[in-house]
Amino acid sequence: MASLDDLKKRISSVKSTQKITKAMKMVAAAKLRRAQESAEKGRPYSDKMNNIILNLSSGISDIENAPKLLSGTGEDKIHLCVVMTSDRGLCGGFNTNIIKKAKLYFQKILDEGKTLKIITVGTKGYDQLKRVYGDNIIERISFKDSKNVNYFDADKVGKIIIEKFEKKEFDVCVIFYNQFKNVITQIPQEQQIIPLKTINEKTNSSEDNYEFEPEEDEILSNLLPKNISTQIFKAMLENSASEQGSRMSAMDNATRNAGEMVDKLTIEYNRSRQAAITKELIEIISGAESL
Amino acid sequence: MSEEYSLEIVNPEKSFLLKDDVTEVVVPAYEGEIGILKDHISIISFLKPGIVKVFSKSGEDSYYVNDGIVEFKNNNLSILTSLILNLKDIDKGKISEIQKSAEEELGNSEISDQEKYLLDQKIEVLKSIN
Repeated sequence: MASLDDLKKRISSVKSTQKITKAMKMVAAAKLRRAQESAEKGRPYSDKMNNIILNLSSGISDIENAPKLLSGTGEDKIHLCVVMTSDRGLCGGFNTNIIKKAKLYFQKILDEGKTLKIITVGTKGYDQLKRVYGDNIIERISFKDSKNVNYFDADKVGKIIIEKFEKKEFDVCVIFYNQFKNVITQIPQEQQIIPLKTINEKTNSSEDNYEFEPEEDEILSNLLPKNISTQIFKAMLENSASEQGSRMSAMDNATRNAGEMVDKLTIEYNRSRQAAITKELIEIISGAESL
Repeated sequence: MSEEYSLEIVNPEKSFLLKDDVTEVVVPAYEGEIGILKDHISIISFLKPGIVKVFSKSGEDSYYVNDGIVEFKNNNLSILTSLILNLKDIDKGKISEIQKSAEEELGNSEISDQEKYLLDQKIEVLKSIN
């Protein structure tokens, strides 16, 4: 059994760990509120963008001449996967969940004999992927320095993707991120952004005839790159809210576990202290008796 | 009949402005300025760097926009833009900063004519408000 001193040391070290996790939880909770707010505020933009594109693409009759970003290159050989993770750890299963989802997809692509290219956004994703898929990673991006998620960072990623697309470096582009549902649940998502999947739901609203200035195709070819940045920005916002949520619940659990551990150790400490006292008493008494 | 319609300006971070007593909006569209009044035909167009003027019952406001898309439908005008600044509380330093980076970009010889044209526009507008 550990000595009294050892136990004392362990208790104090667990207690200080608990303080740290508690503080991290508080920080995450405060950041979460802000991240959640900006995720909600960012929705109108991406929704509007989506609407306009839907309206436009439903008006396009001849698919052959449609912009490549919308219709694709017509091939399906090279897949570019953009894996978006966090820059910091200690956030529970946040990064692992995205990576798991992404790896499933990677395996599928490789099994089908297609080429896989990876861009990682956030350092944690790179750390987890470099061992197995190190050769496939063509670019890694990190926004460790920017405090908040901002559109210009997203635009940078978007521009990289478009540049590669124009150089015909890939046919299909998929992004992976965590969608924020609530503090406990984050759903890893895969979303195909090139070619754009037009949802054929409400496309019947094409009665409203728009006047276009400049021409329809010119608008589309200008709008689609913007849409990619917007989608990435949306993913980044969702991701940052998810990261904070995930960290908050992970740190909450850690604090609780540390509390349990302290209780257990305290009981053990008290017991062994009592045992030592009893032992001493017995020694004294039996010594007195033998006289 | 009232002459007002509603306007929404959104940038990626948030919904920048919501107004439903707008009488006229003048936007710097790609092929020249457009003034939009109530019951305008549905239109989608691009913005080039310039000034958006909003006339409403409560007065007149001007904003600088970097780029954007404008959509008008059923008397709802939406403007999507990546950067928008209210001219009233504008920061001179920020303007010069944008202007400087635009000028630097213009110095880059690899850009297309179209980009050059846009950058020229941008610098001109920025100079005029600074």
